[in-house]
Amino acid sequence: MFDLLDYATLKFVWWILVGVLLMGFAITDGMDMGVGVLLPFVARTDAERRIAINTVGPHWDGNQVWLITAGGAIFAAWPAVYAAAFSGFYMAMLLVLFALFFRPVGFDYRSKIDDTLWRSAWDWGLFVSGAVPALIFGVAFGNLLQGVPFHLDDMLRSHYQGSLLTALLPLLNPFALLAGVISLGMLTVHGALWLQLRADDPVASRARKTTVALAPVVALLFLGAGVWLWFGVDGFRVVSAPPHDAASNPLAKEVARVAHAWFDIYAVVPAAKAAPVAGVLGPIVAGLLASARRPGLGFVANAFGMVGIIGSAGLSMFPFIMPSSIDPRSSLTIWDAASSHFTLTVMFVAAAILLPIVLGYTIWCYARMWGRVTADQIEAQSHSAY
Amino acid sequence: MIDPNFVALSRWQFAGTALYHFLFVPLTLGLSWLLVIMETVYVMTGKEIYKDMTRFWGKLFGINFALGVTTGLTMEFQFGTNWSYYSHYVGDVFGAPLAIEGLMAFFLESTFIGLFFLGWDKLSKRQHLAVTFFTALGSNLSALWILVANGWMQNPVGAAFSPETMRMEMKSFADVFFNPVAQVKFVHTVAAGYVTGSLFVLGISAWHILKGRDLPFMRRSFAVAVGFGLASCLSVIVLGDESGYTLGDVQKVKLAAIEAEWHTEPAPAAFTLFGLPSQDKEETEDKIQIPWLMGVIATRSLDKPVEGLSELMVDHERRIRSGMIAYDGLMKIRGGDASPQTKALFDAHAKDLGYGLLLKQFTENPAQATDAEVKAAVKTTIPTVWPLFWSFRIMVGLGFLMLFVFAAGFWLNATNRLEENRWYLWLAVLAIPAPWIACETGWFVAEFGRQPWAIGEVLPTFLATSSLTTGDLIFSLAGFLTFYTLLLVIEIFLMQKYARLGPSSLGLGRYHHETKRALTMK
Ligand code: HEM
Repeated sequence: MFDLLDYATLKFVWWILVGVLLMGFAITDGMDMGVGVLLPFVARTDAERRIAINTVGPHWDGNQVWLITAGGAIFAAWPAVYAAAFSGFYMAMLLVLFALFFRPVGFDYRSKIDDTLWRSAWDWGLFVSGAVPALIFGVAFGNLLQGVPFHLDDMLRSHYQGSLLTALLPLLNPFALLAGVISLGMLTVHGALWLQLRADDPVASRARKTTVALAPVVALLFLGAGVWLWFGVDGFRVVSAPPHDAASNPLAKEVARVAHAWFDIYAVVPAAKAAPVAGVLGPIVAGLLASARRPGLGFVANAFGMVGIIGSAGLSMFPFIMPSSIDPRSSLTIWDAASSHFTLTVMFVAAAILLPIVLGYTIWCYARMWGRVTADQIEAQSHSAY
Repeated sequence: MIDPNFVALSRWQFAGTALYHFLFVPLTLGLSWLLVIMETVYVMTGKEIYKDMTRFWGKLFGINFALGVTTGLTMEFQFGTNWSYYSHYVGDVFGAPLAIEGLMAFFLESTFIGLFFLGWDKLSKRQHLAVTFFTALGSNLSALWILVANGWMQNPVGAAFSPETMRMEMKSFADVFFNPVAQVKFVHTVAAGYVTGSLFVLGISAWHILKGRDLPFMRRSFAVAVGFGLASCLSVIVLGDESGYTLGDVQKVKLAAIEAEWHTEPAPAAFTLFGLPSQDKEETEDKIQIPWLMGVIATRSLDKPVEGLSELMVDHERRIRSGMIAYDGLMKIRGGDASPQTKALFDAHAKDLGYGLLLKQFTENPAQATDAEVKAAVKTTIPTVWPLFWSFRIMVGLGFLMLFVFAAGFWLNATNRLEENRWYLWLAVLAIPAPWIACETGWFVAEFGRQPWAIGEVLPTFLATSSLTTGDLIFSLAGFLTFYTLLLVIEIFLMQKYARLGPSSLGLGRYHHETKRALTMK
């Protein structure tokens, strides 16, 4: 079993797998977050809001596990990244966490008390718990692309520059905010497409208008971010490093900051261009399909778009995961931040067995719960529905 | 240099958020199986009342579950945010069970839970029962994996330190999984959860019976809970004893601290029922002892001694000195010294490296530590005894109290004399907090008793933190305090509201508050 795949291949496979988990998160939980963002706007009366909430009600919790598992997988596969990123982005992580607090309780508690103030407070809670993480995840990617101010000492302990506001505010720079808005936008479009599929009117038709207006903007902003990345953000390039199958030691390599280095991959592997192309076309096609009242296909198109956008960010940085702006040598790459060969193998076997099972029962659950959520249904189940 | 205040704040935050998380976990673990039992009876007999029971207790389950999810997220993030050196140092081993927990358990539990609440009309009876079952299975599997991870912190088997990568690396997954500590912890912890779930249902049913409301519903609920609870409570005690036995094997310091055994006594050792442990004098004053008991529990024999803390500390001093050599070797290797002698020397002392690292709180370079620093480090190798001694006794005492509650309830119920024994019903209501207190003190014993280690004999707690500032920690602590207080107030408000309403909250028109209203309307 333990020579299943050689070490270098496994490191690469885990880069793909973490990517898959993040994309899985965007496609499933991203849609719930999008619904949360839209909730106060596309659903106005209590009945409408309950319709919107119950389109994701049975699934949001399972969907959120994509995020949790992505966190767990980063811990297991890239402990150095988990350590440096989670502690470095301390304030941002806390904001995400505090925002996420409102989700489980928002869904479960909102309709348990029949009081307007109570319910609208939770509606805004659901809004925050969708909007803040969506924004901050994008901001995080925006900062990774620019390099993050941390370094590793000789015991491989990571140190981040700044604390409290001096750590948080620099994260909110214009490029990172643009990335944040792209992330927020794409998840909102995704949620809107879901509402068109599963909610009754007028929620669905309002969601359609939102999609038609917002989806092209997402494509445009993504394109704009690409241009900015080319002209305004220096990439990182590995100058020399131990072989890919060497034991993980980030400090053994040399790294340089080079203009346009984030576009290296597209020259070396032309097929990689598919990612940014999908990132631009996905949302545009999704918007067109929405206006043609084909939200099912639109949902698929937007999912491709998100895979393209997340994929572009990952590919551009390849093999970097977390470049360091103050000590480039400390940058973490997929070759030197990974777990041991043995652990990656164990985890690979676990993922290969478990992920298909998860996908299988997840699809079963969606299939069983399929159908448009209507006001009559909510009325009939007012004691049990969310 | 290490700032003790910063370390203390990090520990307070972890302990606080973990204990808070564990207010919700045990109820999920236990109540989920009770729901499976109730629903199985429904599917087998077709009696609607069992469906109503599943749905009503399921509602309370949901109120609790929401906070379990909320606070669990914190735990998933917190190793990285606040214990980043820990994450780097042991992620290769510790991360694996956490990731598998996500893939195998969280997905299962969380994907099906939504259908449990919202799928009654969309699923067949059997499908819905399967959904309930998978939810319960998922939550219990999650306990399994997290306790494999926790067991490894207590007893880090199946791994070795690598000087090249400056971290622990997994060598055998089977050893990590079949770690004896993980196994005993898993069964003791889930049994504790079953006790919690049972007492919750038992106490609330007793309250309704006292009020004479929805009697057929509440009597049946009581009967299910008392049977499951009695079996679970017996298990938790037997398995707790097993935990104690395992400690005698692999965590001698913790066991000696729990028992306030300062000095090795001639076998078989006496068990100190009560006493006043004093850390300075290394004595327990005013103690009441039961001869032989301790030796029997900890060694299952009459001739093996239980080692005392002072004797253990003598050994720790030896290991600290050996750890200094290991540290010296490590620094040489990392500095580029590739000679076989250095490697051989390091390998010979590698298992004491953790002890060498304990010196880091007193000196930058443990290899050069003075005698005074070594002595000071030795003092830190045992936890503070009195809180352990007492919290252990609270857990065990409550265990026997609950055993009485379940046994008496079982008997009264079997002989059909429940309603006339109001004192008993009140006792059952008042006992509701007991399992929570036992669980929290249990965790306190397990984790405080692990000190000074984050990873037993491998990584000291004070080194395991992130490189944050005290200001960062004050901010996050304030945030947690605010949100967690708010959430707890809301949760308790909803929980007691729905618990009091009883099955009338289902809106089916056939329970106490609804029929009463219907009567007055006539
Ligand atoms: C009555 C006899 C009991 C005994 C002899 C006992 C023994 C123990 C021991 C030795 C530990 C520490 C294990 C370690 O650190 O590795 C422990 C932990 C714990 N106990 Fe108990 N216990 C008893 C009852 C209970 C009850 C009634 C509950 C709750 C309903 C409970 C809940 C826990 C929990 C949650 C932990 C922490 C997890 C763990 O370490 O297993 N215990 N117990």
